[in-house]
Amino acid sequence: MSHHAPGENYLNTPAGLKSWLTTVDHKRIGIMYLWSILFFFFIGGILALLVRIELLTPKQTIMTAEQYNQVFTLHGAIMVFLFIIPSVPAALGNFVLPLMLGAKDVAFPRLNLGSLYIYWTGALMAVSSIVLGGVDTGWTFYTPYSTSTGGAVSLMTMAAFVLGFSSILTGVNFIATVHKLRAPGMGWFQLPLFVWSMYATALIQIMATPVLAITLLLLTMERMFHVGIFDPKLGGDPVLFQHFFWFYSHPAVYIMIVPGFACISEIIPVFSKKTIFGYKAIAFSSVAIAIVGFLVWGHHLFVSGQSTLAGAIFSFLTFLVAIPSAVKVFNWLATMHRGSIDLKAPMLYACSFLLLFSIGGLTGIYLGAMAVDVHLHDTYFIVAHFHYVMMGGTVIAFLGGLHYWWPKMFGRMYNERLAAIGCALVFIGFNVTFFTQFVLGSRGMPRRYYNYLDQFQPLHAFSTFGSWILGAGLFLTAAYLLATFRKPMDAPKNPWGGRTLEWEADSPPIEHNFDFDPVLTHGPYDFRPERPKTNEPVAY
Amino acid sequence: MNQSLTETSHAGQEVDQYGEHHAEHDDRLQHHFATFEQQFDAAKIGMWLFLATEILMFGGLFVGFALQQSAHPDAFVAAHHHLDKRLGALNTVVLLLSSFTMVMAVWSAQNARRKAMTTYLLVTLACAATFMVVKFFEYSHKFHDGTLPGSFYRVQHVGEVPNQFIFFSFYFMMTGLHGIHVLVGMGLITWLIIKGRNGRFDGTYYTPVDLVGLYWHLVDLIWIYLFPLLYLIS
Repeated sequence: MSHHAPGENYLNTPAGLKSWLTTVDHKRIGIMYLWSILFFFFIGGILALLVRIELLTPKQTIMTAEQYNQVFTLHGAIMVFLFIIPSVPAALGNFVLPLMLGAKDVAFPRLNLGSLYIYWTGALMAVSSIVLGGVDTGWTFYTPYSTSTGGAVSLMTMAAFVLGFSSILTGVNFIATVHKLRAPGMGWFQLPLFVWSMYATALIQIMATPVLAITLLLLTMERMFHVGIFDPKLGGDPVLFQHFFWFYSHPAVYIMIVPGFACISEIIPVFSKKTIFGYKAIAFSSVAIAIVGFLVWGHHLFVSGQSTLAGAIFSFLTFLVAIPSAVKVFNWLATMHRGSIDLKAPMLYACSFLLLFSIGGLTGIYLGAMAVDVHLHDTYFIVAHFHYVMMGGTVIAFLGGLHYWWPKMFGRMYNERLAAIGCALVFIGFNVTFFTQFVLGSRGMPRRYYNYLDQFQPLHAFSTFGSWILGAGLFLTAAYLLATFRKPMDAPKNPWGGRTLEWEADSPPIEHNFDFDPVLTHGPYDFRPERPKTNEPVAY
Repeated sequence: MNQSLTETSHAGQEVDQYGEHHAEHDDRLQHHFATFEQQFDAAKIGMWLFLATEILMFGGLFVGFALQQSAHPDAFVAAHHHLDKRLGALNTVVLLLSSFTMVMAVWSAQNARRKAMTTYLLVTLACAATFMVVKFFEYSHKFHDGTLPGSFYRVQHVGEVPNQFIFFSFYFMMTGLHGIHVLVGMGLITWLIIKGRNGRFDGTYYTPVDLVGLYWHLVDLIWIYLFPLLYLIS
C-alpha cells in the first residue's frame, strides 16, 4: 500500500524527466498525451488560420495553389489523426477512466506507454512528410490521385498506419480495464456514462482501425510496386479504395464524436445537480451508434458510381444514426430540466455543444438524403457540417472536459470569468466561421478550391473574420489555463460536487490514485442531499 | 468509504479488496491487480481483442482478393497454376501439427510439467521453421520465374491471359504478411522456451504461454484459409 508524505502527488513523485518518459502511470501517460495533442491542435489551428487567410480574396492572397493544397491536407490530417482521435480517449480518458473505476491503473500499463511512443513515432513521420515533399491529396488519400501524385504521400499514409496502432492499443486497454478492474460494488449500470462511451469508442477503434491499416498498406504497395488493386490503369478499382477508406473513416467519425458525448454526459448532471435522465438509454445509445456506424460508409459514395439501390440502403441506415444521437440530446435536456443549473465554464461548453452538435447532426441528415447530397456533395456545406460535428461537437466537448478535470489533473483552479469570456468568443467565432460556410455551400462553392468566383468573396471574408474571433478565444483559453501554473496548488478534492469516484481522490491524485481501496456506495449521478444508508436500494 | 480494508497486516501478507491473501513478493503479479486470476482474465480479453484486429486486417486483403478475382477470373485461374499444390499442402500439414503441439505445450504449462512444455514448444518451433524453409523455396522459385508482384512481374508469353500479375500481388502480400506473423510467432515461442527454462511458469502463472498459444492458432487458421484460396482455385 502506498505511504506518501503530504504534498506528494503523481506530478512530482517520482521526480525527473526519466521517470516521466519511463512511467507506466496512466495519469502521467494521459498528461503527456494531453500536451502532445494540444501541441498539434495549435499547429493544426495555425494551418486553419492560414487556409482562411488565403481564402480572403478570390485570387492568390498569401500562398501558391500547390502550397494551399498541402496546407489544407496537413490541417485535416493533423487535426484528425494527431488531435481529435486521441483527444478525449488517450488524453482525458487515460487520466480519468481508471480513477472513475476506482482502479490503480489500466489493465496493461506498459502497453499504454507503448501506445504513447507509437503515437510520437507516427507524429514524427507525419510532420517529416511536410519537409520531405509535402502531401496534397487531402486527408482522405483518394486514388488514383494519391497513387500518381508526387511528394511524401507514402510517408504520410504510413504515419496514419502507425498512429492507428496507438489508437487500437488504447482501445484494447480500456475494454480490458472496464471488464476487469471495476471497484467492488460497481456493476455495469453503476459505471459513469463517460466509461460507457469510452467502451463504445474502444469497440470502434478495435474493429475499424485494422481495416484502415490494411487499406493504407495496400495504398503504399500500389504506390511503390504498382500491385494493381486501386489503379484502374493496372486493372484495379479506385472505388474499392473509397469503400475501404470509409469502412474505417466513417466509424472513425464516431471514434471522434462518441468521446464528446462522454464528456457531456458527465458535465450536465454535475452542473444541473440532478440525476441523469435515462441512464440506460444514454449508455445503450453509445453502443448503438458504435454498431450502426459500421453500416453507413456508403453515404460517402453517393456520387462515386455506387448503385442506386446500395445508395438507398446506405441512406436509410444513415438516418438510423440520428435516433440514438437524438436520444442522447433529449436525455441531456431532460436532465437539465428543473435542475439547479450552474453555468460554470464546463457547463457553458456543454450548452454550446448541445446547440452546435444538433446543427451538425441535423445537417448530416440533409447530406444522408441522396437527392440533396448530389447537390451539396463536395461543397462548403459538407465542410460546415463536419466542422459543426468535429469542432462544434468533439472539440467543444473536449474543452468542456478539459475545464472540468483541469483541477483534478493539475490541482489548480482557473479564472472562471476569463473562461466564460473564452467560451463565448469560441462560440461566436465558430458560428461566424462555419455557419457562413453552410450558406456558401448551398450556393455552390466547392470545397478545397484555391480560387473562387468574385460573388462568394463577402461570405468568404466574413468566414475568415470569424476564424480570427475563434482563434482569439482559443488563445485566451490557452493563456488563462497556462497562467494557473503560477498559482498555488489549492484546488479542492471535489470543486464541482461530482459523485463519480475520481472526485474522491486528491487533486492532483497520489501515484496509486487512492489512499484507500474504493468501494462503491452510491451511484455516479446520485445528487440527493443525504447519502443513502447502505441497506437502502441505491438509485442511479 | 471503508478505509479499514486497506490496512496491511505485518505478516508480509496483503489483504486485498476481495479479502483474499497473496504473497507480497511475487513479481509476476502486477501491482494493480488483486489476484492472478484477475490478471489472467484481463490479459485474455486483451489477447482476444488483438486477434479480432488481426482478423479484420487480413479481412481487408481477403475482400480485395475476392473482388479482384471476380473482376479477373481467368487471370487468377491461369496464374494459380504456377503454385505448387504439394508444397502448399505440406505446409498446411506442418502448421496443423504445430497447433497440436502448441495445445500440448499450454496443457503442460497449466499442469506444471516444465520439461514437457519445453519439448512441445521446441517441436512447435521446428514446425514453424519447416514452414518458413518451404516458403523460402517457393518464393525463390517465383523470383527465378519472374512471377512477382506488380511492376516486377516479368513473364511475357504470347497469348497469355493478361493481368496475372494481380494474382501474384495478392499472393505475395497475403503470404508475406502471414510469413511475418510466423516469424513473430517463432520469436515469441523462443522467448517462452527461455522463460520456461528459468522457471517462470507454473500452475498459478502461465499467462504468456496461453496467449502465445492463442496467437499461434490464429496464424495457423489464417493459413488454413490462404491455402485453398491461393492454391486450389478452379
